[in-house]
Amino acid sequence: MTATTTETPAATAAGSERAFVDFEGVSLAYDDSGNAIEDISLSIRDGEFVAIVGPSGCGKSTFMKLCTGLHGPTQGSVRVAGEPVTGPLKISGMAFQNANLLPWRTTLDNVLLPLEIVRPYRSQFRKRRAEFVGWARELLRTVGLEGYEDQFPWQLSGGMQQRASICRALIHQPKLLMLDEPFAALDAFTREELWCVLRDLWQAQRFTVVLVTHDLREAAFLADTVYVMSKRPGRIVERREIDLPRPRELETTYREPFTSLVLELRAQIGEIRGGAA
Amino acid sequence: MKATTKERLAPWLAVIALLAIWEGTVRALNVPPFLFPGALATFEAMITFAGPISMHSWQTLWTTVVGFGLGVAVGLVLGFIIGSSRFMYRACYPLLVGFNAIPKVAFVPILVVWFGIGSVPAILTAFLICFFPIVVNVATGLATLEPELEDVLRVLGAKRLDVLLKVGLPRSLPYFFASLKVAITLAFVGTVVSETVASNQGIGYLMMSAGSQMRMPLVFAGLIVISAMAMVMYELFAVLEKRMTRWAHRGQDR
Ligand SMILES: Nc1ncnc2c1ncn2[C@@H]1O[C@H](COP(=O)(O)OP(=O)(O)O)[C@@H](O)[C@H]1O
Ligand SMILES: [Mg+2]
Repeated sequence: MTATTTETPAATAAGSERAFVDFEGVSLAYDDSGNAIEDISLSIRDGEFVAIVGPSGCGKSTFMKLCTGLHGPTQGSVRVAGEPVTGPLKISGMAFQNANLLPWRTTLDNVLLPLEIVRPYRSQFRKRRAEFVGWARELLRTVGLEGYEDQFPWQLSGGMQQRASICRALIHQPKLLMLDEPFAALDAFTREELWCVLRDLWQAQRFTVVLVTHDLREAAFLADTVYVMSKRPGRIVERREIDLPRPRELETTYREPFTSLVLELRAQIGEIRGGAA
Repeated sequence: MKATTKERLAPWLAVIALLAIWEGTVRALNVPPFLFPGALATFEAMITFAGPISMHSWQTLWTTVVGFGLGVAVGLVLGFIIGSSRFMYRACYPLLVGFNAIPKVAFVPILVVWFGIGSVPAILTAFLICFFPIVVNVATGLATLEPELEDVLRVLGAKRLDVLLKVGLPRSLPYFFASLKVAITLAFVGTVVSETVASNQGIGYLMMSAGSQMRMPLVFAGLIVISAMAMVMYELFAVLEKRMTRWAHRGQDR
């Protein structure tokens, strides 16, 4: 106790609650067609798993760009890890609906690509290559791609490509993983398999995740907190904590209380759509 | 006979059939050889004039290859410049299209005035006619980048040059190698056209002078030699293309 008593109880409380990602009144207009997203305030704790749902074109991808510093806000402020975001945040890794692997690189080399680019690894790449390859192999193993390291992306199924894409997003050990509808193009079985892959990765490494999705079951199964966005201009219209116990198993998604939770979310979104239309 | 062997023999059968029809028609209609020689007369001419033909072929071949080499070098550099920035792409593309619309034969008289007759106009015509497809293909390959992939890389702090080297350049390679096949055939066209009007060497010149002396079998022999050379070079670059960019032909020849 003595070592930490310099902090007042209030500061301690604030400290544990201190936001890792902090949006304050953020709006963004790409051009003069008006705001794409409007007045978004939210904070994401370190290690929190956040899901964002909302209709197409409501600004979910825009939110991602603001979070990672790929785009600056027109109004308001974005802070990550206490610092205002001024440019691309290399502590983040991204994956999208389309795996976008490079067809001329093997799976392993695709996963290694970020290390050839991001500081400080890029300057050490030649010297530490063996070590980096070890990281990549380990990561591929944990997502179930052991033995596919030397295959080319076009030799992999869609689900396997997506696994590799997530490995590529994680290879530089980012603190922030941004997933933009990563499972949207997969069949239902593969999708649920990948939910579990992501769940286990997150459980083991505890990076902060922002997952954009259309799938309410996906959001509720994986996330700590679900945010619901309105139609354009996108605003946060609902924040929902999912306090289901962890670790969560797939079977629970077919049982109470999970099903009624999803139904409630669905009803809320129905209201938004009905109200806004 | 197995289907694959049949397929492999098919082009040769087509050639033989064509030669037979050619010879047959000329004989049947009794066309005089100084107007339209048959396949046999052409073949005879090829043997009789083997010496001069190979000398002139060599001239055509090396001027074409030099012009083509220039075209590749300039095409790569221009393609890289144009493909690496949206601004340059916008700025230069209309100019290039306009330039490409000029019949390159129109340059030959200018080149003759500047360089006299001989190898130089032939090389330059080959160059002028063949660099365009290379520029366009390299630029297109470089300029196409999925916005999402761009985000993945930019967030890591990738600079424009990183993206060009890691993604743009490898991606443009299949386009580049595909354009080489087109470019080498065009280069032959350029050389021969230039030789017919502005040279005293090369297959183009040989055909022109033989034609003016009504030695049609020799003209046709030249025609066949030039098409054979172009075909061999085309195949060479087709094989090279397959070798270098196997990933772009996934599934086709596995
Ligand atoms: N680069 C851009 N320039 C102009 N408008 C854009 C751009 N990116 C997105 N938008 C617009 O902003 C809105 C939100 O887009 P986006 O964030 O991609 O939505 P979502 O990912 O939720 O489908 C859309 O109306 C879209 O047309
Ligand atoms: Mg989107």
